[in-house]
Amino acid sequence: MEATAPSLARIRRIGLQTIVRREYGRIIRIWGQTLVPPAVTATLYFVIFGSLIGRRIGPMGGYDYMQYIAPGLIMMAVITNSYGNVVSSFFGAKFGKHIEELLVAPLPNWLIVIGYISGGVMRGLLVGTVVTCVALFFTHIPVENPLLVAGSVLLTSVVFALGGFFNAIFAKNFDQISWFPTFILTPMIYLGGVFYSVSLLPEWAQRLSYANPILYMVNAFRHGFLGTSDVKVGLAFAIMTAFAIAMFTLVVTLMNRGTGIRE
Amino acid sequence: MKALSIRSLTKTYGNGVQALRGIDLDVQEGDFFALLGPNGAGKTTIIGIIVSLVTKSGGNVEVFGYDIDRALAHAKSCIGLVPQEINFNQFEKVFTIIVNQAGFYGIPRRLALERAERYLRQLQLWDKRDQIARSLSGGMKRRLMIARALVHEPRLLILDEPTAGVDIEIRRSMWAFLRGINEQGTTIILTTHYLEEAESLCRNIAIIDGGRIIENDSMAGVIRKLSHETFVLNLRCAITAPPPLPGYVSRMTDDHTLEVEVSKEQSLNDIFARLTQGGFEVVSMRNKVNRLEELFMRLVENRGAASAQGS
Repeated sequence: MEATAPSLARIRRIGLQTIVRREYGRIIRIWGQTLVPPAVTATLYFVIFGSLIGRRIGPMGGYDYMQYIAPGLIMMAVITNSYGNVVSSFFGAKFGKHIEELLVAPLPNWLIVIGYISGGVMRGLLVGTVVTCVALFFTHIPVENPLLVAGSVLLTSVVFALGGFFNAIFAKNFDQISWFPTFILTPMIYLGGVFYSVSLLPEWAQRLSYANPILYMVNAFRHGFLGTSDVKVGLAFAIMTAFAIAMFTLVVTLMNRGTGIRE
Repeated sequence: MKALSIRSLTKTYGNGVQALRGIDLDVQEGDFFALLGPNGAGKTTIIGIIVSLVTKSGGNVEVFGYDIDRALAHAKSCIGLVPQEINFNQFEKVFTIIVNQAGFYGIPRRLALERAERYLRQLQLWDKRDQIARSLSGGMKRRLMIARALVHEPRLLILDEPTAGVDIEIRRSMWAFLRGINEQGTTIILTTHYLEEAESLCRNIAIIDGGRIIENDSMAGVIRKLSHETFVLNLRCAITAPPPLPGYVSRMTDDHTLEVEVSKEQSLNDIFARLTQGGFEVVSMRNKVNRLEELFMRLVENRGAASAQGS
């Protein structure tokens, strides 16, 4: 046996590295489910909405339609994959009971949450990179402000990875992990300015759209690439940061209470 | 030093079931301790509380002096758990499961790789290291959980029915392995339904029923409390009626087999003398059931009768 037990700081550092490595391994191991489908979907979007329909739509926000929707499509992939990775990985661990490996280990709940969120962010960014590569086959995408691009994509993936964690905490079966993405998340993404500028909408619909947080994320990201946005970028970052902090606090509180994981 | 100290532990589940009704229990460092009880007695709830999978309703638990309310991480780092149900990721490789577990306890990767190899070899799983865990047999999965629980070299190893569904050959090799681990200083708490296993391995024992400890003593002390034992005697020649054994309760189970109940005050020498006198030759003898099993059944039955009377 070792002469001395590892310190809590070392346990936490190595524990977090292990969770992150395991999540990364999972994403790569099931690449056919994680990395390929977003590339196929993005290709279809670019072919149908960009090339075929987009030509008839004409320019939007000063850019051709393909260029305009590219940041939105990248962000859509980041959102769905950050969310999907955490909800399936954490619910899978609950369902298969191997979440107990982490619950009995000397790791605090906030660190377990960070580990899973890192997995979601990794997948979101990997898929975002894949979709960006697909987009570059179809169009040129200028980058006006790389920091804005990086900041908005990172914060958005954190928020939706936390959303996936929240869903997985309460889910009792596989139906319940697909319910929220199907009925809430997808409509919010489609109505969040991915395919159009909200300035095209009637005023009541514009007001409604401003209540959709995804609108701010997509527009902050688009502003980073194209320098055009339907919302104030500062407000968008404030909303994303507030969501990230609130969601993190919420899921850690639920974990500490043992909701959905402890009897 | 106490490896485990439990005081006034209670647990009432959300559905109103009172699983634990004030448990007091001590396990000394280095002990091999049996925690026995019928299904639903509260054994797994106690273990769940110790490892923080179940939230207690009241009371205190200390692991090597670390209170689970105040120093949970320190307490957890002392414990290795082999749960009743398979709880590893069945889609991961055997080797990865062990190495990851080491990481969750802060073991650096190089040391984790060395230990994973060591424990997989000791538990005869090294040649399965690259297999997906789902493809292992039931016995191999149990051994994998033991290897996983040991990889951070815990001071307290808790085994919740580790040999359930395992064939006798593997069970015996697991016993030898666990004895070795205990001799090297690891405190072991074992729950099992194989009472022969508990009697053979453990030095101290607690029996729990209905959420209360009904017996807590050394194994030898508990066995001494057994007031009656039933022996099965195999006779060389066939008999048509039970031999006369005044003062003993005896019965024939077939024409070569006799069962005799012997109380603490009576002696086997006396039975043999009477049988020899009557011309009966005994070729072999065994306990009808394991002694601990007999005591366990009587304790649980007595408690059941007492609660029936009370109600």
